[in-house]
Amino acid sequence: MASVQLTRHLHEFFPQLTGQVLQVEAATVADAIAEVEKRAPGFSFYICDELGRLRQHVNIFVGDERIRDRQRLSDALAPDAHVMIMQALSGG
Amino acid sequence: MASCILVGTRKGTFLVEKTGGRWQPKLSGHAGSGVNFVARDPNTKTLWAALGHGHWGAKLSRSTDGGKTWADAPQIKYPKGARYLATPMPGEDDPIDAPPKGLKLQDATLLKLWHIGFGQEGRVYVGTIPGGLFESSDGGESFELNRPLWNHASRGGDLFAGEGSGHTDWFGTPASEGEFAPGIHSILVDPRDAQRIVIAVSTAGVLESRDGGKTWSGRNKGMLNDYLPDPAAEWGHDPHYVEQCVGSPDHMWQQNHSGVFYSDDAAQTWKRVSAPERGVHFGFPVAVDAEDGRTAWLVPGKADNQRMTIDGALFVARTEDGGQSWTDLREGLPQENAYDVVYRHALANSGDLLSFGSTTGNLYVSENRGNGWQLVAGNLPPIYSVRWG
Repeated sequence: MASVQLTRHLHEFFPQLTGQVLQVEAATVADAIAEVEKRAPGFSFYICDELGRLRQHVNIFVGDERIRDRQRLSDALAPDAHVMIMQALSGG
Repeated sequence: MASCILVGTRKGTFLVEKTGGRWQPKLSGHAGSGVNFVARDPNTKTLWAALGHGHWGAKLSRSTDGGKTWADAPQIKYPKGARYLATPMPGEDDPIDAPPKGLKLQDATLLKLWHIGFGQEGRVYVGTIPGGLFESSDGGESFELNRPLWNHASRGGDLFAGEGSGHTDWFGTPASEGEFAPGIHSILVDPRDAQRIVIAVSTAGVLESRDGGKTWSGRNKGMLNDYLPDPAAEWGHDPHYVEQCVGSPDHMWQQNHSGVFYSDDAAQTWKRVSAPERGVHFGFPVAVDAEDGRTAWLVPGKADNQRMTIDGALFVARTEDGGQSWTDLREGLPQENAYDVVYRHALANSGDLLSFGSTTGNLYVSENRGNGWQLVAGNLPPIYSVRWG
């Protein structure tokens, strides 16, 4: 199972996920987001827009690497992949 | 008369109530998040907030306990196939000798929730960027894009079904977050007849529906666009905000780059009533008396090329005769070293009460129709909206 870790900023909106590293059955990053959505309805619209594209100021890492496909989140996940979802260091 | 001020700021929602003889702000929710607009549905009493999370996108939030707690509402999303004509900017990858791009058909995604309006029982309207009017007929449990407006001829026709005309009169506003796209910032439902809805678009103009949103027509006759080749063009106007007299809705007001405009015939015609020699010309918000449609308040700025107070002095301008004459209201407002800018949704009235907030985080209240003012708080985050509720 892949594991998904969220920036604590997202816990503010989805307190049910606070402190958790989520274990998900997922072949791609998109699958992993869909699995989190099941546990926290509304989650995917925080990460992606209506077209399923990763929001401009959001980053996802698989292991140490940023994902390549921000359009469809098709990056493949190994069975033991670790996915981190975080916000860019932008704002004011 | 309302007793609570709802304040949307760059860093959260504040409620301001008078206790112990003082108006006292309290952070209600959305700490750290941008709040473009907050208002109370007069029918259901639910509080609604239009949020702009920097990283996580635009979100609707609501409170059913008077602002003690807030939760995400059902979210607004553009339906699949919603497209609009956008002006592409030259990109980093474009060769310097690339051919002109012209307009392009672009899939719509939600950039900003800008305004919330309320109709008869259960009807909630939300104006968005890019240029969407979303409607709910079930108290906000679900929202749908108003397609007749989205498909209006002035923006290229039905782009769900095909390529449309290829021409749009809806331009863009820098108020959008991410790209230059048009936005709906004013939604007015006629208290006499909920089938009559007026909206205003930056930058296109005013449109009216008389059949509950099934058909729409431009209402910009008499508007003047000093910055366009044809100042009297039907489209291309940038109404900053449009307001109506609740008790006499034929009286409507707006302020924009080219002056203050007043209509006493339900937006069928507009008349410029600026007094530039008195500094009453450019600005963003307008408030209209609930009973006398000839009485309105503005917070003027210097000019669109100097969006700041005039000579560092802050004042409110009031007319009681449909803009034929204006009175400066300065008592209690700073008259030196004040550079407050007041955004389009950040001035509101309720009976004799008025309040406005500025981008420098100052919130002011008047309890006597603007004759005298008091500073409620001077260190709030930049203020985006002020509403009584």
